Parts: sequence; C-alpha cells; structure tokens
Amino acid sequence: MRQLIAAQARGRAVKVTIPMINKIVQSMAEAMAGIRDGAVVLLGGFGNIGQPHALLDGLIEQGAKDLTVVSNNAGVGRTGLARLLDLGRVRKIVCSFPRTADPVVFEELYRAGKIELEIVPQGTMAERLRAAGAGIPAFFTATAVGTKLAAGKEEREFGGRRYLLEEALPGDVALIEAWEADRWGNLTYKCSAQNFNPVMATAAKLTIVQTQHVVELGALDPEKIMTPGIYVNRVVHVPYGEPLVP
Amino acid sequence: MNFFAACKPMTRNEMAERLARDIPEGWYVNLGIGAPLKVADYVPVEREVIFHSENGVLGMGPAPQPDQVNRWLINAGKQYVTLRTGGSYMHHADSFALIRGGHLDLCVLGAFQVAENGDIANWSTSDNDTAPAVGGAMDLAAGARQLWVIMDHQTKSGESRLVRRCTYPLTAIGAVKRVYTNLAVLDVTEDGFAVRDMVPGLTLDALQKVTDAPVRMAKVNAGAAS
Repeated sequence: MRQLIAAQARGRAVKVTIPMINKIVQSMAEAMAGIRDGAVVLLGGFGNIGQPHALLDGLIEQGAKDLTVVSNNAGVGRTGLARLLDLGRVRKIVCSFPRTADPVVFEELYRAGKIELEIVPQGTMAERLRAAGAGIPAFFTATAVGTKLAAGKEEREFGGRRYLLEEALPGDVALIEAWEADRWGNLTYKCSAQNFNPVMATAAKLTIVQTQHVVELGALDPEKIMTPGIYVNRVVHVPYGEPLVP
Repeated sequence: MNFFAACKPMTRNEMAERLARDIPEGWYVNLGIGAPLKVADYVPVEREVIFHSENGVLGMGPAPQPDQVNRWLINAGKQYVTLRTGGSYMHHADSFALIRGGHLDLCVLGAFQVAENGDIANWSTSDNDTAPAVGGAMDLAAGARQLWVIMDHQTKSGESRLVRRCTYPLTAIGAVKRVYTNLAVLDVTEDGFAVRDMVPGLTLDALQKVTDAPVRMAKVNAGAAS
C-alpha cells in the first residue's frame, strides 16, 4: 500500500509517494524468509506461556539448521521446540532450566551427546539479552560467584563484594509472542506471557512476532505499548486462542 | 531410630507454617518452587505480604478455582495462580533486576545442603547428573536481602543436610541467613549454626547427633525475624 501526500516544492503543489510502514506479513513463509543455517534464535516464552508456537512451526517448515536456540526451557513433549530438536536442527541450546516436566527429546539428545548445552542462571540470561539490546557488551553480576558456572569468567571486586563479568547475548533472530500488534510493530503482552518476550525483541537483528490481535495504528494506548515498533521487523496474525497447558 | 521416639519431627506443612509465622507483614518475598511454595498457604491474604514470582508476577495470589483459571497467568513452577488486588506484571529483565538489585526482603529456597558458612547447594546433586537445571536459584540466592532455606534436617538415608562444607555443587556462597528444618530453626552466624527453636522433646545434644556441622544455642532468642 502507498499513501499519497501533497508537498510544497518551489511554490508548486506536487504529489509525492511515501512508502507506508507495514510490518504485518501475510504468510508464514514471508515471516520466516532469510533465517540462515547457523543462526542464533532467541525464543520467547516461559514454559508454554508466551511461547510463539506458530513461529516455531514456521521455522520447522522453513528448514534452517545448525541453529543455536536461546530459551528458558528446552521444550516439552514432542511438539514446538521439542520437534525442532527432534529433527536435529539445533546444534546448541542456551537455557536456564532444561528439566521441565516431560523434556523427553532434549534429554535423549543430551544423553547421546548430540546437543550442546549452555546453562545460564535465569536472571543472568535475561540481563545478557537486555544488555545486547541496549548496546552494553558486558556487565558484572554477583550471581553464580563461587559456583561452577563461574568457571572461566573474569571476577572483580566492587565495594568488598565479588562479581562476575557476563557478556551480552545477542541473537540473529527473535521469535516473539504478543497479545496485540499494529502495523508499526507496536506490541502489548498478556499477563505473565511477557516473560522473555519484550527483552528478546530488543536483542536480535530480525524480530518476528506472532500476535493474537492485529489492531489499527492508533488503537493502542501509547502508555500501554510495551514494545515500541522500532524493535520489530515482521508481524504475523495468529489468533489461536489460549495456551492449553502451562 | 530411637532418636525420634523422644520428639516428633515436623511435617512439610508444619515447617511451612512455622516459617510463615516469621515473615513480617509488608515484606516482599519470593518463594522457590517446591516446598517453599507451601509457605504461601500459611500467610492469610489479609496479611499484606507480597509474593513475587520470577517469571514476572508481583502480588501473586493463591491457586484459582478450577472454573476461574487464567491460562496466561502462571508462577515460576508453571502452575496456574491468581493476581491479588494491587498486583502487577513485568518482563524477565525487570523481574530479575528487582531480585539482583536487592529489592526483595526475603527469598525462601529448598536445598540439598547448607553449610555453616552460609553456602547453599540446591541445584545439582552431582557433576554427572542428567542435564543440570539452575533456573533462577543462583540469582535469588545472591540477590535477595535475606535467604532462608526450608528442608529436611537429614537425607532419606540419614545424612545431615547441615554440613561444615557443601559437597554438592554450590548455588551461592555465604548467602543463607536461616534454616527451617523438620527438627529445628537455626540461624547462620559468624560462629556457625545457632539454634533458635527446636521441636518439643528435642535436646541440643540429640540435635548435634544428627547434624554434621556443630550446633549451639542462639545467644539471644529474638522473637521475630532480624
């Protein structure tokens, strides 16, 4: 779509065409275009809540492989992330808690040595993502000091307390679930389905969103927009209803 | 075991109730998944203790009635919960900034072992475990102003969980301030474990027999939490 506006140029009225921002794509193939083998994929959600299952299915269909997936959990049952793992498309998973109820596929791959695991404390993972989105290459945190997760990390003391240097965790792609979106990519989220989504949306080169509701530009209260559209590249409308399991 | 003939160890629910009594009104509290979550059952909603769940819920209320489940609202244990009046949501980076920034008055975690220097081991029982899973435990243990642990005094095979030094992988160093077991309530002090409270019929000598680390009576038995 294009919008015509009138502009003044050298005293004469001329018509100029300006491309309208429209991040809403019409197909899953369009949403997934360009995701490359070896990509680092940031996957929103905590358990099943706020996890963009339709985008995961789209990624499975799209075919990219040798992926690194950053996600709080490592998939449940045999669908969604678990299916992506099962298909052998994930080289490495970065997560805080792979031991969710029924993580069968991950456990099988892990025991067989077929997947690399980087365990990151949940808050350190969230902050590494936030740092990536905010242009901060690394930060110090007291989390994990003196534990085996501190191995190989620089340690410094501030005010008599020990801290570890943790590096930002940027993604090539972020897969996000939102509640509402407009064509600029402004987003809102539902209850505890925010979780990692807003912070991952800031941390990737390509942020792809599935949303329950698409609304007109201007319909979202500017004070309620949680992710401003500047962070978002593509939006797919997936009105699936409610997550059936937590 | 003769030892238990003289006294009756607390049940999980009694331990949770005992701990809940020590939480002052007005505190912001994170309860770890598992046994610590039971503590909330013993804080009546009219007492304004605000529960935080690290997946981005502040002001978490009890489980919903089966016909009133909000499928978008879960706690860190991935169970459906409610939001009490005045509650709020936040994203993960803010939720852990709140933890790391020292804004929580208290975190309660379960543990495998607590050492007399306050070290805690609660996330992995061995280095050759199945896939390790740490979740938010390290962030909570390092970030909350106070860390209390609720756990059985001994393992099922009778080994003390209160130790001189943890043998399991650590969650945090020097973090634990108090331990609630099925036998006693103990403060972690600069001089090791100090007993605040024991189940009726238990003596310090008897408690020492089932505790790897040295225990002594607390100098002052202050009533509420310090």
